Amino acid sequence: MSDVLIRANGLSVGFPIGGGLFNKQVLKAVDNVSLDIAKGSFFGLVGESGSGKTTLGRALLKAAPITAGGAHYSDGEVDYDLEKITKDQLKDYRKRAQLIFQDPYAALSPRMTVRDIIAEPLEVMGLTKNRQETDARVREIAAKCRLNLEHLRRFPHAFSGGQRQRISIARALVSAPKFIVADESVAALDVSIQADVLNLLKQIQSDMGLTFMFISHDLSVVAHTCDYVAVMYLGRLVETAPTRKLFAGPRHPYTKALFSAIPSLDPDDRGSAQKLTGEIPSPTNQPSGCKFHTRCPFAIDHCKQVEPKLETDGTGHDVACHRWKELMAPQAA
Amino acid sequence: MTALIDVENLTLKFRTDEGLITAVDNVSFSLNKGEVMGLVGESGSGKSVTAKALMHLNAKNAVYTPESKITLHTDRGPVDVLSLRSPRELNIVRGGAVSMIFQEPMASFAPAITIGKQMVEQLQLHGDYSNDKAKRWSIEMLDRVGISDAAKRFDQYAFELSGGMRQRAMIAMALSTQPKLLIADEPTTALDVTIQAQVIDLMKDLVAEFHMGIVFITHDLGVVAQTADKVNVMYLGRMIEEGPVREVIRNPKHPYTQGLLAALPKLDDLDSPLTPVPGDIPSPLERPAGCVFHTRCSKIVGDVCKSVDPKDRRIDTTHKVACHIYDEVLA
Repeated sequence: MSDVLIRANGLSVGFPIGGGLFNKQVLKAVDNVSLDIAKGSFFGLVGESGSGKTTLGRALLKAAPITAGGAHYSDGEVDYDLEKITKDQLKDYRKRAQLIFQDPYAALSPRMTVRDIIAEPLEVMGLTKNRQETDARVREIAAKCRLNLEHLRRFPHAFSGGQRQRISIARALVSAPKFIVADESVAALDVSIQADVLNLLKQIQSDMGLTFMFISHDLSVVAHTCDYVAVMYLGRLVETAPTRKLFAGPRHPYTKALFSAIPSLDPDDRGSAQKLTGEIPSPTNQPSGCKFHTRCPFAIDHCKQVEPKLETDGTGHDVACHRWKELMAPQAA
Repeated sequence: MTALIDVENLTLKFRTDEGLITAVDNVSFSLNKGEVMGLVGESGSGKSVTAKALMHLNAKNAVYTPESKITLHTDRGPVDVLSLRSPRELNIVRGGAVSMIFQEPMASFAPAITIGKQMVEQLQLHGDYSNDKAKRWSIEMLDRVGISDAAKRFDQYAFELSGGMRQRAMIAMALSTQPKLLIADEPTTALDVTIQAQVIDLMKDLVAEFHMGIVFITHDLGVVAQTADKVNVMYLGRMIEEGPVREVIRNPKHPYTQGLLAALPKLDDLDSPLTPVPGDIPSPLERPAGCVFHTRCSKIVGDVCKSVDPKDRRIDTTHKVACHIYDEVLA
């Protein structure tokens, strides 16, 4: 693997909730997560709603409070410790790390023209000296995202979902970032358009040498775009592996369940898969031991008491499960 | 098989400031009891508008052409849905013989009224229920759709339930009046895959038990493959392909259906690149002449595609397609 762009080390994010002065409760949205995102990679983060994937993405952008552990960003030009970054460094980090949102209908101001939407980051961050320079930069980025120059004069309401998402992408790219968090960026799009936006993201990544963190709940989308995948459950990483390894042999029962929940395109293959019962527990009331034991069909007493650590096997395929080895053996369970 | 609903030549336009917009263009189909029809298409294809027409639920600016006819076969004989006017008559198709579940359960429940009160209200509107009987039946329905602690949930508000629970409650509410036809508009789109799988299983059980017909609207062909008996594919208000689910998914005939299937990321083939359907769906204000799909079609056979609206061609007795490719082969 090449150099690491972002390294998270025991990263935790907590939000204080309710309680009085003396019994403040903390909701742990991200809990002791360590991961490396290699420079130039397409890093996928999957999990159900409530698993903490969005919060983790935001923490890496320094947009959510880091309560323990830390994250380190290093792109060859600058080195930042995200938990003790200074104000000036943060200003610079905002140019280098950007976010693409899920809903292209909510993310764009209806009262700004497309040109203004894309130019705003340049003006706010003072990246260009004058209007000509701004316009040139906007046109260059718009062309990269396959938007017509004529589109720039219009307002967002005139565009379809796919076009709007391309506008959001252009806005995120205009400050020439190195790192982009794409949070469910194709979830709101039709399949016919989704493929187009995914291809665009891939192309931009290789053209501009970007590093992506791609947050998604859709495993088949992740399989087709990402090089490396991390699976999250209740704020914890439960399995991380290079994409092909993960899809060829998922180890964690949760990952396996996510796979089997994908509706098969074969009408004769109905309901044979192993399905998960129940729902993800509330993060305010987390289970003891392995967080997944309440829904895991293979849980034993040990799982309820001791929390499994993310074990590495030396090939980059890590899993946090007490029983994965015996479950992987033929005829297991 | 007994017919449940017949839709004939349904054409529906909306009167707007910018002129008449055609949302549904000469659509015909029928559904039998106990049958699940998948209605597939991208946003703007007219699938929700078609489904709402079955309940005569479209906005006031909707204009139906005189040829449009929707017949619902109820226990008391056929009902001409589009001729219903008074709220009392409309009750038959709105929550009575026809129920609907929506994509966003949070937006469909009133936030300040308990789930139970909303269920009781609709039962009493459609049938002769005392408070006590309505409550008992509601709790039974909640229990039936797999909501634990149903008696407690009955007194809770929508915001107190998780997304999956809310969608289950929505299903319980829609089914409590024992409709003949259930319209499900993207009921699993807002849910996680794990929860989606549970809701799909639940809906399959319920069809078997209640023997209803279901119109299942979705853009996800995987969900269709898992639930539907037959599939109708829509594009810009036109029904472009129709057939049994196995036929349409394994042997799609229309270039658009083929494109939708090719655009789907497949887990068993990670090497082939994703092929999007090129371009965007045109605005309904600028409906293309000829075949509505020709602006994005990669298999245009000639000028005929740009000028002549293709007729429905029968591939066999159940599989229909509207595309000029088949003009000569099937004429």
